[in-house]
Amino acid sequence: MTRWLGWLAALGLLAGLAMGFGVAPKDAVQGNVQRIMYVHVPSILTAYLAFALVLIASLGYLFTRRTGWDRLAHSAGEIGVVFTGLTLVSGSIWGKPTWGTWWTWDARLTSTAILFLIYVGYLLLRGMVDDPERGARYAAVVGILGAVNIPIVHFSVLWWRTLHQPPTILSPERAPVSASIGLALLVNGVAFALLFLYLLSKRLALRRLEEEIRA
Amino acid sequence: MMFARRAWIVLWKDLLTERRSKESLNALFFFAVLLLFLFEFALGPDRERLTAALPGLLWLGFILAGLLGLGRTFLVERENDCWEGLLLTPGDKGAIYLGKLAVNFLLMAAVAIVLLGLFGIFYNVDLWASLAPLSIVIFLGTVGLASVGTLFGAMTSQVRARELLFPLLLLPVQVPVLLGTVKATEAVLQGLALAEVGHWLKLLAAADLVYLVVGILTFEFVLEA
Repeated sequence: MTRWLGWLAALGLLAGLAMGFGVAPKDAVQGNVQRIMYVHVPSILTAYLAFALVLIASLGYLFTRRTGWDRLAHSAGEIGVVFTGLTLVSGSIWGKPTWGTWWTWDARLTSTAILFLIYVGYLLLRGMVDDPERGARYAAVVGILGAVNIPIVHFSVLWWRTLHQPPTILSPERAPVSASIGLALLVNGVAFALLFLYLLSKRLALRRLEEEIRA
Repeated sequence: MMFARRAWIVLWKDLLTERRSKESLNALFFFAVLLLFLFEFALGPDRERLTAALPGLLWLGFILAGLLGLGRTFLVERENDCWEGLLLTPGDKGAIYLGKLAVNFLLMAAVAIVLLGLFGIFYNVDLWASLAPLSIVIFLGTVGLASVGTLFGAMTSQVRARELLFPLLLLPVQVPVLLGTVKATEAVLQGLALAEVGHWLKLLAAADLVYLVVGILTFEFVLEA
């Protein structure tokens, strides 16, 4: 099952690359640099998915106390941090030629960075608590607080300053992108989702092994 | 009714301990003075520069003091099996959270007053004019800081690397509170009306409310041995 997911994800990523470089047109203003968007946007969407899972699994754990929920929260949290990191790095690489700077304290950049830090703290907490049951409880509480904090962070940073272009894909109005760009983005999005599922099932299996060793 | 009474008993117990030991308050006051000197040395004696940086410094100092002070209310519970005593208390554990939160709030409010006074004297800022709006901002900020700090303080008091983990968890979560309070303080010190920063005050109030609800609901899971 996991192996099939892996192959599917690999195929999807290849297709995504082909779409991003072959089918989607070169951006008239930004040139080829713009193609990094096909990694950047799926990354952050995957990270959001992962953190939503952390919230659900944290609630699930506190209500049922089943280790399975904790395993899910832990694994999703780790992968979410990786994808948030990927978003920040790919955004930086895009920002240097486009905005002329690696980093700027724009609202969306800042709130993504804070998201990254909150969940790095979440993972550190998991590493520092010796008793696994206690660690799971604490992590669940932080996972819930971290998630409900996201909208507060969002608005605070938004009012603080803003420069990033408004989101194109998740905005209520119809996205003003051409069909081939949209298709390339969709293929990459699906590929990243498959990759996420593959990594998640791998990480869950690893967690199970870790628990066996500890027991 | 019992809920409020339980919270009050926790508060009273901790205030009594603090009155007899005077541990936290003395240390935090001294820390506040030290911070003031450090800021002065770091920025130089230029008054204009210090005044411009004042809102940021004030809240930075405040949060640093919080990192030292907020975890302490639960550290004292680890001795003599007090933790088990708290656990055995019947009824909703949210009351214990509220009591501890009230202790931390009072502690941080005392630090804030001292810090403000010292800033006023050493940096020669006239704070009297904006005292009323400033106290509203400080109230909202202190509730935000103390509510998350109390929850995480209870958590980290049971962890080996306590001093390390507490700031790592608290600081990122507190970013909105820091942004809101600094912006509002800036405006208030410039003599603007509170209505000008109404959106920040609303955000702070919303954040306080969210943190409080999460704290009350999840505290029982933190308190468990």
